[in-house]
Amino acid sequence: METQPDQFNFDFYRETAEIVAESRDELKVKLGDFAGPLDLLLFLIRQEQANIFDIPIARITNEYLRYIRLMKTLDIAVAADFLVMAATLIEVKSKMLLPRDPLADDGEETEDPRQELVDRLLEYEKYKAASQMLYERTTVEQAIFARGKIESDDANEEIDATLFDLLTVFQKTLARHKDEIRMEIHREEISLAEMIRNLKKRLNDQVELILSSFFEEMHSKRELVTAFIAVLEIVRTESVRLLQKATFGEIVLKKV
Amino acid sequence: MEAAEEIQEIEVEKRGRSTSELVAAVEALIYVSDEPLTARLLADVLDENKESIEAAIETLKQEYEARESGLQIREIAGGWQIATRTELHEDVRKFLKTRPSAKLSLASLETLAVIAYKQPVTVPEILEIRGVQSASAIKTLLDKRLIVAKGRKETVGRPMQYGTSKEFLIQFGLKDLSELPSIEDFEDLAG
Repeated sequence: METQPDQFNFDFYRETAEIVAESRDELKVKLGDFAGPLDLLLFLIRQEQANIFDIPIARITNEYLRYIRLMKTLDIAVAADFLVMAATLIEVKSKMLLPRDPLADDGEETEDPRQELVDRLLEYEKYKAASQMLYERTTVEQAIFARGKIESDDANEEIDATLFDLLTVFQKTLARHKDEIRMEIHREEISLAEMIRNLKKRLNDQVELILSSFFEEMHSKRELVTAFIAVLEIVRTESVRLLQKATFGEIVLKKV
Repeated sequence: MEAAEEIQEIEVEKRGRSTSELVAAVEALIYVSDEPLTARLLADVLDENKESIEAAIETLKQEYEARESGLQIREIAGGWQIATRTELHEDVRKFLKTRPSAKLSLASLETLAVIAYKQPVTVPEILEIRGVQSASAIKTLLDKRLIVAKGRKETVGRPMQYGTSKEFLIQFGLKDLSELPSIEDFEDLAG
């Protein structure tokens, strides 16, 4: 059905980020464990037992970069999204390091550089929770079975065929079968490599070869074509020349 | 809906039914329908008003519950369906020789959650919330017919919009989209 392996057999309870926490053996970290950069970030914040409204940005950024480095087999498109987040983190971190503008305060509180990130994380977290709810629902739903479809013509279109339809299909199948047999015979014919080998042997034995008599030895059009290509090939690759002594005369194949 | 038209073609003789006869007829129709059957369609076919149909369905539900039936009458995707009880899933699976089907990936589930709550929603909008490309997840969801294209958004680039399908309601056991808990309810769960 599906081809993408990462779409398969995901189990919400077994394969959440928590399992990574268990096996903190760093080399075992896989991308598949995180649905995206926000997911990884949430995991790291939780692992550090940090407050989402007061993210220790320097520590989290370092952890995030460490994980990114460990993810070696990343899908390139996905990797880009993880890197965008890394850049965002570094940007926020550098903004945090800047001293506050002493002239700009008093009236309005300067915005925390982390605010936008926090908003995104909170928004994402809601959908993550919603996806867990969906997962639970589908698990329950898979324990309920409705009656299968009734075998009627309507439900089973394949049966909806007449005798003539069947005959047509049968004839087509037969015709296809015939083609296959014909092709097998072709394959038994001499190959170009064999033809070249034969031709070389003949030239070794008799030095000169009249082209028209050589062509007449061929049994089929296909063999004839092969023979012709063999002649062209041997002239190109070997020290053999084609000579025509008189206009409209016999063409002779001759070793030089 | 095609099946619905066909059902209507069959002449149902109009006659006064007793309540128990109506309950029986409703049960028969829900049984033969391979899709969840709406109360409205039942009313049309049986030539009864919607209220008496709903009353009949309620009676039927209670009857099944009272005798602890292996079946249940359940409301799903805007219609009614006869299905096995959850508790019996092991026996049913053993008989059908089936296993729970392949689960959706974390990425697909998240994408589906965003689509379910934000529909109609475009790919860039999904990216904004998830922070990651969702192309393969969207393809999976389309293949599984859980989501459908809902036309283009009249904005720059006219991106395709996606929404959930009837199949989504069926597979997630929902009467309709309003049965989904509000997205704001997840705020407390998160964190």
